[in-house]
Amino acid sequence: MTTLILRTAAVYLMPLLLLFSVFILLRGHYLPGGGFVGGLIASIALVVYGYANGINQIKMFLRFHPGALIPTGVTLSLLSGTLPLFYSRPFMTGLWLEGTYPIIGQVGTALIFDIGVYFVVVGTALTIIFSIAEDNERD
Amino acid sequence: MLTAIVVCFTTALIFAFAGKYLGQMGTYLISLLPAGLFLYFLSLQSELVSSGEILLNYSWIESLGIDLSFRLDGMAQIFALLICGIGFLVYIYAAEYLKNHRHIDRFYGYLTVFMGSMLGLVLSNNLITLFIFWELTSITSFFLIGFNHRDLLARKAALTALTLTGGGGLIMLVGFIMMGQVAGTYTISEILQSGDVFADSIYLGLIILALLVGCFTKSAQFPFHFWLPDAMRAPTPISTYLHSATMVKAGVYLLARFSPLFDGELYWNEALLLFGGITMLYGAINSIFKTDLKAILAYTTISALGIMVLMIGIGSSTAILALLLFIVVHALYKAGLFLLTGALDHLTGTREITRLSGLRTKSGILFVAGILAAVSSAGIIPALGYHGKHLIYAAAMETDLLSFLILSLIVAANLFIICAGFLVGIKPFTGRPNSGNAPLHPTSLLLWAPPLLLGVLGMVAGIFPSYLEAHLLIPAQTGITSVESTAHLHLWSGFDPVFWMSFFTVLGGVGLYLLFRPSHRYSNQLKSLEKISSRYLLEQIIRGTKNFFYFITHLLQNGYLRYYTAVILTFLIFLIGLRMNLGFVSDHQMSFPVDFTFNEIATVAIMVISIFLAVFTSSRIVAVASLGGVGMCICLLFVYYSAPDLAMTQFTIDTLTVVLFVLLLKKLPTYLTKVDTGLNWRDLVISCTFGAMISVIAMEILLTGSVVEGISSYYAENAYQLAKGKNVVNVILVDFRGVDTLIEITVLAVAGLGVFSLIRLHMSVDS
Repeated sequence: MTTLILRTAAVYLMPLLLLFSVFILLRGHYLPGGGFVGGLIASIALVVYGYANGINQIKMFLRFHPGALIPTGVTLSLLSGTLPLFYSRPFMTGLWLEGTYPIIGQVGTALIFDIGVYFVVVGTALTIIFSIAEDNERD
Repeated sequence: MLTAIVVCFTTALIFAFAGKYLGQMGTYLISLLPAGLFLYFLSLQSELVSSGEILLNYSWIESLGIDLSFRLDGMAQIFALLICGIGFLVYIYAAEYLKNHRHIDRFYGYLTVFMGSMLGLVLSNNLITLFIFWELTSITSFFLIGFNHRDLLARKAALTALTLTGGGGLIMLVGFIMMGQVAGTYTISEILQSGDVFADSIYLGLIILALLVGCFTKSAQFPFHFWLPDAMRAPTPISTYLHSATMVKAGVYLLARFSPLFDGELYWNEALLLFGGITMLYGAINSIFKTDLKAILAYTTISALGIMVLMIGIGSSTAILALLLFIVVHALYKAGLFLLTGALDHLTGTREITRLSGLRTKSGILFVAGILAAVSSAGIIPALGYHGKHLIYAAAMETDLLSFLILSLIVAANLFIICAGFLVGIKPFTGRPNSGNAPLHPTSLLLWAPPLLLGVLGMVAGIFPSYLEAHLLIPAQTGITSVESTAHLHLWSGFDPVFWMSFFTVLGGVGLYLLFRPSHRYSNQLKSLEKISSRYLLEQIIRGTKNFFYFITHLLQNGYLRYYTAVILTFLIFLIGLRMNLGFVSDHQMSFPVDFTFNEIATVAIMVISIFLAVFTSSRIVAVASLGGVGMCICLLFVYYSAPDLAMTQFTIDTLTVVLFVLLLKKLPTYLTKVDTGLNWRDLVISCTFGAMISVIAMEILLTGSVVEGISSYYAENAYQLAKGKNVVNVILVDFRGVDTLIEITVLAVAGLGVFSLIRLHMSVDS
C-alpha cells in the first residue's frame, strides 16, 4: 500500500488536514463543524500518513501514545463543566469572555469543552486503529 | 466543618501520589492531620455547649433538596472526637506497624478518605449526603480489607463486606427517599422535628424496615454479622479503626439519631431489642471459642454492637446515656486490645492464643496496657468500663418491658465478654514462656504507646467520670431525648443492686476465664454449624445470581457481530412496532410529497447498486468498498437536504470505517462463504422489516411535520440568546445537551481503552 503517489500526497496532506481539523473545531459554534468532526478529520490526517509511511513513522512524529489524549480530553471537558461552579452557577453553565475573535467568535467554556471532545475522538480513533495495525504488523 | 472533610479528601489525593517519595517521614506527617482535626473539634466544644448545635449550610443541588448541610451536636461531637482521636493513634501506630510496606501510600490514602467520609457521615445534616458518605465508608472499607490483595481470603472478605454493607446502604437509600417524601425535606434536623407526619404515614413500616436493614448490615447485627469476623483479614490498624472503633458504629449512630422519631412506633423497639439481644449473646458466646486473638475481638465487637442496639431499643434517657458512654468506653478499650494484638503479632509473629504465653518478662509494658484494657473491658472499678456497665444495668432495670429477661441476657453476655477480654489482654502474658516461638522482634515506642495511652485514658476518665459526663455525654443525650437522665456517674455509688450485679458478673467472668482453656476443638465444632448460617445463604444467592447472568450473557452476547446486530434490530422492531400499533396521529394519504431532482435519483440509484454488490459479492474487498459507497451516498443526501454537519461527520466516519475494515481484512478469510441459507433468510427478514419500518416513520414525519413543533424550534430560537452560538447542532452538543456529550465521550474513551486492552491482551497471550 505504500505507493509513491500516496506517500508523496500524504506528506502534504497531513499538515493541511490537521490545520483544517483545527479550523473546523474552532468555527464549530457558528458554522458547520465542531470537536467531533474536527477530531475525526485529524484522525484521518494521521491515519493517511501512517498508511503511507508506516505506523512507526507516525509514532515518531507524535512522540507520545495517542491513548494519552483520551484522559486529557475527558478531563478538559469535565473541567470546562466544573468551571461555572466557582462562579456559583450550576454545572455546565456556559461562561463567556468579552470580545470577539475572527473564526472563533466569542471564547467560552463551550470551546474548551469542544477541544476536550476533539482530543477524546482523536485519541480513541488512533488508539483503536494503531492497536489493530500493530497487531497486524506483528503477524 | 466542610473544610475539615475537604482537607481529608485533598490530603488523601496528594498522599496517594506523593506518599511514595516522602517515605517514612510522610507517614509521620500525615498523622498530624487527625491530630489537628481532633484539636479543631475540641476548639468547637465551648461554642457547642453554649448553643447546643453548630449548623452550616452550602447549597448543592437545590432542585432536588440536596444540600451540603452539616450539623455538629453533642452526639456528632463524641463521634468526631473518637474518629480523630483514635484515628491519630492508629495513624502513628500504622507508621511503625507497616513500616517499609510497598503500598504505604495507598494505605494512608484509603485511610484518609475513610476518615473524611466517616466525619462527613456523622456531621451530615442531609439524608442524601449522609448516604453518599455512608457508602464511601463501605467502599474504603472494601479497599482496606482487601489491602493485602494477593491474599485470596482477604479479597473474598472484602467482597463479602462490600456486598452486605453496600447492599444494606442501598436499601437504606430507599428508606431515606421515602422519609424525604413523607417529611417534604431531606434535612435531618427538620425531619426530626416533623412530629406526627411519620406516625400517620402508611410508609412508616417500610421506612423503619429499610433503616433497620441498612443499620444492621453496617453495624454487623445478626444475621448480617458474619462479614465482620471475615474483615479481620485487614491489617490490624484497620481492624482497630474501621471494624471496631468507628465505622461499624455508624449503624448505631444512625439508629440513635432517628430514635426520637421512631421510638414507640410500630415494632421499632421490639425489633431493636430482639436483634440487639440475639447479636449480643451470639457474639459473646462465640468469642471465647475462637483461638485467633483478632477473631475473639471481632466477636466481642459484634456483641458490644448488640448491646448498643439493645440500649437504643430500650430508648429511655438512661439507656441513651448508657449507649453514649458505652460507645466511648468500647472505643477506648477495644481499640487498646486490637492495637495490643497487633503489637503481639509484631513481637512473636503469631496471633494464636494457644501459642502465646509467658510474655510478661519479654514485654512488661505491653502487659500493663493489656491489663488496663482488660480491666476496662470487664468493667472493674475504677475503669471507665465500670461506669459503662453500671449505666447499662441501670437502664435495663428501668424498663417495663421484659426487664428481667433483658437484664439476665446482658449479664450472661458480659460473662463471656469479660472472659474474652482477659483472654486477649492477660492470657498471652501469663504462664510459662513458650519455647516454640519464633525469635522475638523488639517492640518499639509507636507500637506500645498507643494501646497504653488508651488504657490510661480509660482509667483516668473512670476515676473522674463527672468531667466526661458534663462535657460530652449530657449534651449528647439531651440532644436525643429531651428528658434529662436521672442516673449520674459517680466513682462510688454505694452498695446498690446495680453494684452487686456488676460485682457478681465480674466474679463469674473471671471464674470462667480461670476455668476455660481455649482450644482448636471448640472452633472446629462450631464450623459444622455453618450449613445453616446466613453466610451460607448469602453465598448461595451470590452464586445463583452469577450463574443466571452468566447464562444471560452467553445467550445474548455470543461473540458474533452479526448476531449482536440481529438482536439489537429485532428488539428495536419489537419496540417501534409496539408503538406503531398504537396508531399514528395523522391520516394523510400516502403520496410522494416532493419532486426529486436528477442528482437525488442518481445518488439513490448508486446506493441501491452498492447495497446489492455488498450483499452478493463473494470478495471481502468489494463488500467493504461497496459499503463505503453507500456511506458516501448518504453523505450526499445529507448535503442535498442541507445538513452539512451530518454530512461531514458521516463522511469522516465512513472513511475511518473503511480504513478499519481494510486493516482487519488480513485477519479474515479472503472470501465470504456463508452457506447457511436459513440464516440468510432470517437476516433478510430482519433487515427488510427494519428498513420498512424506518421508511414508514420517515414518511410520517415528512407528512405531518410533527417533529418541527417540538423541542427543535426551542433550540433554534434560543441557540444564540442562551448559548451565543449560531450552529444549532453544535450548540445542542456542547451546551443544551452538554452532559449527554460528556457521558458520550466517556463511553468513547472506555470503548477505546477496551479495544486497546483486548488487543494488548491478545498480543501478550500470543507471545
